[in-house]
Amino acid sequence: MRIPCPYCGERSREEFTVLGSAEAERPSPTASAESWVVYLHLRANPAGVHQEFWHHTHGCRAWLIVTRDTVTHTVLAVTPALDRARAAA
Amino acid sequence: MRYSAITLLRNAFSGNRLWTPAWRDPEPKPGYDTVIIGGGGHGLATAYYLAAEHGVSNVAVLEKGLIGSGNVGRNTTIIRSNYLLPANTHFYEHSLKLWEGLERELNYNAMVSQRGVLNLFHSDAQRDAYARRGNAMLLAGVDAELLDAEAVRAMVPGLVIDDARFPVRGGLLQRRGGTVRHDAVAWGYARAADGRGVDILQNTEVVGMRIERGRVVGVETTRGFIAARRVGIAVAGHSSQVAAMAGLRLPIESHVLQAFVSEAVKPVLDTVVTFGAGHFYISQSDKGGLVFGGDIDGYNSYAQRGSLAVVKDVMESAVALFPRFSRLRYLRQWGGIMDMSMDGSPIIDRTPIEGLYINCGWCYGGFKATPASGWCFAHTIATGAPHPLNAPFRLDRFASGAVIDEKGAGAQANLH
Repeated sequence: MRIPCPYCGERSREEFTVLGSAEAERPSPTASAESWVVYLHLRANPAGVHQEFWHHTHGCRAWLIVTRDTVTHTVLAVTPALDRARAAA
Repeated sequence: MRYSAITLLRNAFSGNRLWTPAWRDPEPKPGYDTVIIGGGGHGLATAYYLAAEHGVSNVAVLEKGLIGSGNVGRNTTIIRSNYLLPANTHFYEHSLKLWEGLERELNYNAMVSQRGVLNLFHSDAQRDAYARRGNAMLLAGVDAELLDAEAVRAMVPGLVIDDARFPVRGGLLQRRGGTVRHDAVAWGYARAADGRGVDILQNTEVVGMRIERGRVVGVETTRGFIAARRVGIAVAGHSSQVAAMAGLRLPIESHVLQAFVSEAVKPVLDTVVTFGAGHFYISQSDKGGLVFGGDIDGYNSYAQRGSLAVVKDVMESAVALFPRFSRLRYLRQWGGIMDMSMDGSPIIDRTPIEGLYINCGWCYGGFKATPASGWCFAHTIATGAPHPLNAPFRLDRFASGAVIDEKGAGAQANLH
């Protein structure tokens, strides 16, 4: 599996560290306990297109949002996680 | 047909023409009392114990492919009960006891081999942690021995003890642990369940769940609708997909775990050894091949194949422990899909839907649990309430906070 980093170009999967699902939106600190349980523990876990946080640990060290197919391992899109954080701010 | 030395001899002298199929291939009935989704080790064991322990034999096991073609045929065959947390210790010890009597009970040779499981430690801190685990096991009535480096040297020839990047300081040994011929577990349970009237329906994939007024009434399959009063899900690897048919979202991610087999050699390793300075475990099959594995790849996957980064990591661990194995060629490598739960422990419980039960979240430790998992799941389905052994493995423990996190890694599925 190779991941095209938006800053460094296409690199081997070994340069990256995966954190996990980037699909759920983090609830506000005052949100109910139930919505935190859903965010922390429950997963859609799709067999197909899945958004994930990856860190380019041995490269530019940027956090990325990788859209990937979990059945074929095809990488469909990679965007900086910063873009999403800025859009939410 | 009951297997014995006499049936073996009779067939040996008659060209093996007298064997009968080990289980029937029946047509689905319109309905059953209980339907188990998933013809793997856990599903078949559940069906067997429903019939054998609870007298529920109007049961069908639905398998989308062939039985034993999933994770029960894709693991590294290790059995053990060397856990620290009480819920796990008692549950896995029950499993090990069932393994010890399994072949007699099923009248099937599953090649249960109690050759010992040795967990190596490489530092003082790790020795303390393993001593604590061993003591917890002893308190629960499980066998455990703490070995020093000399005892390990005497027990496992070829292991690098001193001249290593991570010198071996000793190991925690469970002599009753060992290996089992994995396919035979599926076949043995299938044959024994079939003998008690359970219908094993292969090539029957569940595509939908019929729920009326909060109660399950049956399943839609590729061979039509099958009515059922109770439905049990035992499809680790694809639990999220099947649970979604009932509108449930699980605390599970699917990940790929690889396993490896080397070319066959003469006996070199007569126990199961695990590496304490990495994640690696190895044993030798009766056929002579070394069977070994390591970590999951770390990213969500349903592909049943892994990446070279983990292959390299596993090989490095193998050679770090046993330099002599560097000259072996590895024959086969494959991947299996694991239900990684959010605390590293399984779920055997009821669901919010009446009549629907779930057995999932085995991470990469499901094989050794097969008998106890089936035994507890059968109890839960037959009586409508969990047995004390599986009562801690609740579906709602993530909301209540009563998680069973053996590794202490938190709600991070790929770290367990």
